[in-house]
Formats: sequence, C-alpha cells, structure tokens
Amino acid sequence: MSDATAGASGLIDYEATLDCVHCGLCLPSCPTYQETGRESSSPRGRIYLMRGVAEQRLPLEGLVAEEMQLCLGCRACESACPAGVRYGHLLEGARAEIDARGARGRLRRLSERFLLRNLVGRRGSLRGFVAGLRLYQRSRLQAFMRKSRLLWLLPPLARADALLPRISSPHRPPAVVPALGRRRGRVAFFSGCLMPELFGATNAATVEVLVRNGFEVVVPEKQGCCGALQAHCGDLRGAERLRERNRLAFPSEGIDAIVVNSAGCSASLKECGDSLSGAVRDIAEFLADVGIEPPRGRLELRVAYDDPCHLLHGQRIADAPRALMRQIPGVELVDLPGHSDCCGAAGIYNLTQRRMASRLQDRKIEALRRTRPDVLATGNPGCLMQIAAGVRRARLPVEVLHPIDLLARAYAKESQLDF
Amino acid sequence: MAEQLPRAVELVRRLRSIREVAEVLDGEGELFPYEADAFTLLRGRALAVVFPLSARAVQEIVLACNAAGTSYVARGAGTGLSGGATPVDGCVLIEFSRMNRVLEIDVTNRTAVVEPGVINADLSEMVAPLGLHYAPDPSSQSACTIGGNIAENSGGPHTLKYGTTSPHVLEIEVVLPDATLVKLGRRDGHCAGYDLRGLFVGSEGTLGLVTCATVRLVPDPETVCTLLASFSSLVGACEAVAGIIASGVLPAALELLDDRTIEAVEASVYAAGYPRDARAVLLIELDGAAQGVAEERECVERVCRERQAIDVRAAVDEAERAALWRGRKGAFGAMGRLAPDLYVHDAVVPRTRLPEVVAEINEAAARRGLRLANILHAGDGNLHPNISFDRRDANQLQRVREMGEEILRICIEAGGVLSGEHGIGIEKRDYMRMLFDECDLEPMRWVHDAFDPEDRCNPGKLIPTPRACAESNPRHRGYAKVEF
Ligand SMILES: Cc1cc2nc3c(=O)[nH]c(=O)nc-3n(C[C@H](O)[C@H](O)[C@H](O)COP(=O)(O)OP(=O)(O)OC[C@H]3O[C@@H](n4cnc5c(N)ncnc54)[C@H](O)[C@@H]3O)c2cc1C
Ligand code: SF4
Ligand code: SF4
Repeated sequence: MSDATAGASGLIDYEATLDCVHCGLCLPSCPTYQETGRESSSPRGRIYLMRGVAEQRLPLEGLVAEEMQLCLGCRACESACPAGVRYGHLLEGARAEIDARGARGRLRRLSERFLLRNLVGRRGSLRGFVAGLRLYQRSRLQAFMRKSRLLWLLPPLARADALLPRISSPHRPPAVVPALGRRRGRVAFFSGCLMPELFGATNAATVEVLVRNGFEVVVPEKQGCCGALQAHCGDLRGAERLRERNRLAFPSEGIDAIVVNSAGCSASLKECGDSLSGAVRDIAEFLADVGIEPPRGRLELRVAYDDPCHLLHGQRIADAPRALMRQIPGVELVDLPGHSDCCGAAGIYNLTQRRMASRLQDRKIEALRRTRPDVLATGNPGCLMQIAAGVRRARLPVEVLHPIDLLARAYAKESQLDF
Repeated sequence: MAEQLPRAVELVRRLRSIREVAEVLDGEGELFPYEADAFTLLRGRALAVVFPLSARAVQEIVLACNAAGTSYVARGAGTGLSGGATPVDGCVLIEFSRMNRVLEIDVTNRTAVVEPGVINADLSEMVAPLGLHYAPDPSSQSACTIGGNIAENSGGPHTLKYGTTSPHVLEIEVVLPDATLVKLGRRDGHCAGYDLRGLFVGSEGTLGLVTCATVRLVPDPETVCTLLASFSSLVGACEAVAGIIASGVLPAALELLDDRTIEAVEASVYAAGYPRDARAVLLIELDGAAQGVAEERECVERVCRERQAIDVRAAVDEAERAALWRGRKGAFGAMGRLAPDLYVHDAVVPRTRLPEVVAEINEAAARRGLRLANILHAGDGNLHPNISFDRRDANQLQRVREMGEEILRICIEAGGVLSGEHGIGIEKRDYMRMLFDECDLEPMRWVHDAFDPEDRCNPGKLIPTPRACAESNPRHRGYAKVEF
C-alpha cells in the first residue's frame, strides 16, 4: 500500500478522492456509464483513474484525459453517493491538471479557452457576436445555408447552427426596476452572460415575475459571466477573474438575495464559497421560499418538467419549480421518464463530445415522444438549447420553455382578464 | 498493454472476433479501474475486459480462454465486498453489465426471466405496477446485478422473512468451464436428482457463468408498517431483537444501526431522520394482512418498551418509510465520509448471542484504538461491524487486519459462521480454516474440480489451497477430473 502515499501532486484533490469507498452505488445514475457500461466511464471509475494519476500509477495522457472530457459534469453521481464525494470539485481539479500538463492538445485547449475567455467572458464581444447571429437568423441567410447544405461543409458550424434557439431580442433592463403593489423586499438579479443575449425573453419574464410579486429588482450593470464554463473546462484562473468582477459588481448589503435564473450559474455561484455565495438563490428556489401570489390567468397546458442537472444534483432543488408551475391554473404536470438524467447539454459538452451528447439527447426526445406534453419546461439555458434543438430536429409539437416563462405568461393573461 | 505476450495478443484478437461481443477493452487506463471490486484491499490486473451480449458469446469466450490456457472471472456491477470479481493477474474479465434484458414476465406464475446483468432494483421497479417485487434486497440493490446476487447468494433486510437469493431462483442457464450450456433447476421449482441449481447459487462464480435466470416474483404485502425504535444502549437494542423473535412475531425485516452509523447517515444525502441522540435504533418492518400487522405492531412496541426503548414510532406515510430505508441502504457508503478507507465486515452468530458478541467486538475495537460502526441484519444474527481507517497508516492497517480476524474468531466461538451474505472470495478464503478442517474442505474441492478441473473459472477464490497433502493427490492441484 506504500504506493498510495506517493506523490499526491498537482491539481487533483487526492484527499477528496479518498472519500470514495468504491461501493458502486453511483453507477446506475451516470449517463455515460449507462451508455457504455465501462467502468472507466463511470463516476467510481473516473475517481479511481484520478487517484491512479495522483498516485503516479497511471499516465494522465490518453484515456484518463479522454474520460474526463467524456464526463458530462452533470453530477448525478453526487446525488446517489452516500459517502458525500464531491465529484464536481474533483472533476474541475482533474481537468485543470489536464490543462496544466497540456494533455489535451494545445490547439484545442487554447481555442476553447480563447472563446470562453474572450467571447463568453466579455460582455461586449458576446453582444456583438449574438447580434450577428440574430441577423444571420433573420436575414434568411440561415435558411439559405441550411437549404444549400453549405453548412455540412463545416461540421462545427453545422452543430452550432443546429443548437441555436430562435434568438429573441436582447434584454437590457434598467438598473433598478421598482416593485409592483405591496413591496416585499429587494433582490439583485444576476442576468448571466448568455441569458440576456440568447434568452432575452426569459430574463424579462424573470424580472416581471419578481416585480409582480412585490420585489424591487436591481440589475448591476458591471456584472458578467459566472465563470462556470471556464471552471468546468479546467480554466480555474480564468474563472476566478470573472468571479472577482462579480464580487465587485454586486452589492453586499441591502438585498434579500441574488436571484439567478440559470441553474448552471446559480450552482457555480453558490459553490465558489465567496462573499456572494451565501446570498445566491435560484429563481425557483427563491420564489417557492417566499411564496408567490398564484396567477389567475389560465394556461391549458400539459407540462413536462425536466430537471437541469445543476439544479437537481448541484443544488438539490427538485420540488420548487414543480410547485410553482402547479400554481398556474390549467397546467397539468406530467411525469417525464428519465427527467433526472442529463440531456447532454452540460455546458459546452454538446459542442465537444457530440456523439455522447446526441445519444443523451435522443433519449430525452424519445421520452418526449412517449409523453407528448405541450410544453417541456427546464431552468437552464444549455438544457433549453439542447432539448429545443432535439425537438426541432424530431419535429415534435413541443414548446421548450423556462418555468418562469410559464409563470410570466399566466400573469400576463391575468391582465387580459382584468381589462 | 505494451509488453503483451504473443499468446495474449492472439487471445484478445480472438475475443474481438466473436460476433456477439460488444467490446473488448485492453488498454492500460481502461483496465485500471477494474483492479478491484468494492473490496479494495487486494487487487489484480486483467489482460482484457470483454462484454458479451449472449450466452453464445459467453461460450465462445470460454472456449477462447481454454484454448489459450487463460483463466477468466465473471463480473456484474463490482459491488462485491469479498473480492469475488477482483481479477486474477492476466485473466479475462467477463463483464455482464450489457447482458441486461428482462426477457419475460409471467404474471400468472409470478416469475421473470432475466439476463444476469439486470440490476436488482430495476427488476422490482419494472414489476411494481403489477403489484409484484423481487424479494432479495441487498443494500446495494440499486446497483448490483442479479448475476452477482446469484453468485453470492445475496441477502438483504427482508431475508429474515423471505429468505436469501437461493429460494427465489428457480432455474438458471449456465455456461460450464468446458463451454457447454446447461440448465439447472426447473421453472416450476420442482427438482429431481441432485439440486445443482442450489449448489450453483452461492458458488461465487467458481463453477461456471450464469447467462440467464428464472426468478420468483413476490406479491406486494397488503399492509406494511415500518417502526423505528430508539435505545440508549446497544445491548438493550440487541436484547429487544431476541425478545421480538421470542415473542413469536416474524418481522419482514429487523435491522439495527448504532450511533456512529446514524451520525454518518444523517450527514449524507440519505439522511433519514434517525434520532442522533440514540445509542442504537431498530428498524422493524411488519407486513401482511392489516389485522395481523396491527397485532404484531402492538406486540413489538411492548417488547421494545420492556427493553427500555426511549421511543418507538411508525413511519406515517410511504415517503417516510422510503426515507427510513434509503438511509439504511446508504449506510455503508455514508460511512465512507468518516475516514479514507472502510472495511465492511460480515459474520453471523445465533441471534440469542448478539448482545454479548456485539459488546465483545466493540471492546476489542476500543482496545485497538479503532473506530467501529455497527449495522446488523439483527433478526438474522448477521453482523456488519465496519471499521473506518486510513490505509496509508501502516500500523493502523495492521490493527485493522488483526481486528478482522478477531471479529471472526469471536463470532465462530459464539457458534457463528464466516459470512452472512458477502461471500468468501479472496478476502476470507484463508479464514475458511477457522471454520473447516482439511476433511471438511475436501468435498468442496471435489465439487469444484468436477466442474472446473483446469481451475480456470475464477481461480483462487472461495476455497483455500490445500496444505499438506497437495503434492500427493493430483486432484488438489486442480488437474484431475472427477467423474460423477
Ligand atoms: C454498499 C453495499 C451494500 C451491500 N449490501 C449487501 C447486502 O445487504 N447483502 C448482500 O448480500 N450483499 C451486499 N453487498 C455486497 C454485494 O453488493 C453483493 O455481493 C452483490 O450480489 C454483488 O453483485 P454484483 O453485481 O456487484 O457482483 P460482482 O461484485 O461484480 O460479482 C460478485 C461475484 O459474482 C460473480 N458473478 C457476477 N456475475 C456472474 C455471472 N453472471 N455468473 C457467474 N458469476 C458471476 C463474480 O465473479 C463475483 O465472484 C453490498 C455491497 C455494497 C457495496
Ligand atoms: S458527472 Fe455525470 S457523467 Fe460525470 S461521472 Fe458523474 S454522473 Fe457520470
Ligand atoms: S457512490 Fe460515492 S463512494 Fe460509492 S463508488 Fe460512487 S463516488 Fe464512490
């Protein structure tokens, strides 16, 4: 056993790997294990690989690096793990170690990092880029590219194209939005990097619902990306820079919570354990806690809810979004088989691990085909894009929405009732 | 692997050419996590891992191994706790995780035909809408496979009333070490001649490979009542166990968890609401017709109170009942958070001896400065003393090993046996001599050699290598074929 004490070097948190007792209870919850049946593609196996690398019994290059990339980071394994293994944390360390040792192909790593740091991480450039995309969609260039099959000459572009939702107008709220009716409190809204650009309507809905329920909403201008995508790819330093910017942007006093409508961001913000973490609440969690005024507008819809991994496994939030939607008159919640399994979006996974991502997407679509809801609701931009892309491809008559979109719709209908 | 022998390369090539084999892994990294099952103190390195999809493929794999003179080891989910699925160096590991179809469900006869890789809990979940379930419920049921359960004759909390795996397995299809495919037992449960099915269940993968099984499904009981009784002393809780059984009540399950276990569970994702201030709790499940359950509940509550229970309460709804059981089933894993390593022990004593045995084991652990947590399938007298430790501390590791032997010694002296349900594997192989002398072991070797004369099927497990007479009797080296 002496080898076990050997160099616990590098960025892999060796001590944390020892929390794993190798019991295997996590195996069935892991999508990549379900698909492959390989121990090395399972949580237990990946932790064992990390341990092997830290103990210098195994090279990092090759299979270990590949398995760390194939992992979705969905953390379903954490929800199943009785030993409390912090898998997400371990994975970040392993990926950082891979990057540090250049074990993943320099070019690929650098281009990924460049994109994440400079495009997603910087508001200005992201805005410009999305504005370009919006133009692309609306100018019929998209239709032309798709029809002419020119896209298939450029597979990465084709993939990104297939994922793109119909981009709504960007959401640029004022710095402070006053509460409607009786004022119950004051919250800061974390608007995210992709959300305001790609899902402007959902951000608008979020602010509306908060305001409608008596909360004044402040939207700090200087905020930016939470750094989750960077951290998941092993760029811990890039992530830290973004977090620092947010610490400066958000007020530390005078607010009840920092409300976030993207599950990936709320998970990441809560976990980094800095001065903001304690105040962060996912929108569904926050609203279910403080209680909403049930909307009076009716939506006659069968709604299936799909748990975003970062909400369910990352934050253990399962009931709140369901409870909120149940308060909408007319909405019937139906159970989606496999609702707790990853859809394959997983940050930028659907761009980097296409085969596995589309296998998981197929499973979701199959479940939707069997359930036939009117709406698929899920609270994370990556999942919204991934599932919507699958729905489009399968031509299913299912609308893909954030739960908060539904709430906002129900409130909007209410005002029609009044007049 | 880099320096493979030509013969090994040839074997891997042949395995890859088998039609119904999904995949053959032989890369260093791919093989690495297969070094051990859930018993991690010993490990071995396989030559390759092969994923068959049919019985036919399994036969061809065995033929290929025989031709190459290579041994092979079956593996289900690798949740075994005695090293049963740990590879012998250079062997072929036959992984059944992808032979996982439920082939048939017969509601009238209450049976299911399954492939060995079906996950135990999946089968129960699948037949739940029919009001049926698969009764053997090891705590690992959410992950472990029916094939592994058959090989280990696994038990679970409900074994007390419903029995271990064996009575629930009617017929099995098996690939023998000479690659023939046979059926053992009968679907209707009747059997004439030697009960080879019975022999096979619990043989830890040393007699052949299960490729299909017909298992019994059990109707869900009319009522279920789950009680949680807390005690301020461990011995008091053990006495209550004996008292309950003596009262004539046969609970469906009767489990004991001590304070260390409670502490770990309550800190985990499986937190169940067990009282943190109790020294021990009993989880008691009663099932059957409503009237009978009500009477039994009264009786059990009375016995617990007579033994100084601090509190006895019943789960109010299905959600609470499920939470109480999830906590129990996550208990082993939850102990992982107490220290880097965990040694899960398994032994059985007559349940009347439980109070003294548990006390003695705890004292022995305290003497060695070890941290012990107890989980018991108390109704069966099955103990799981679990030791948390750090293997990087050589001295501690030594004490843990000694403690393991001491636990077995205490149990055997009290009239018990080596293993309740986790099997012998490599972990306890050499301890078999604490229970059996060479004369007792001899017939076991005959049986083994009759099935596996070349000693290629999971070699080195279960039966200790013979001592003195090994040279004089070729049978002992595993090369003589015994006819029957
Ligand atoms: C947290 C935890 C809790 C547990 N609780 C219990 C419990 O309550 N009760 C209990 O009895 N056990 C328990 N166990 C032990 C273990 O889960 C059981 O022994 C289980 O039956 C092993 O199943 P597996 O699929 O993981 O098999 P593996 O560990 O993969 O293999 C076990 C043995 O079966 C053999 N085998 C596997 N498949 C086949 C096949 N198709 N044909 C022939 N041989 C085969 C292997 O060679 C090996 O010897 C627990 C383990 C853990 C980690
Ligand atoms: S994070 Fe998801 S994909 Fe990765 S090991 Fe855990 S369950 Fe599997
Ligand atoms: S459930 Fe947790 S402790 Fe068990 S193998 Fe998986 S990660 Fe390790």
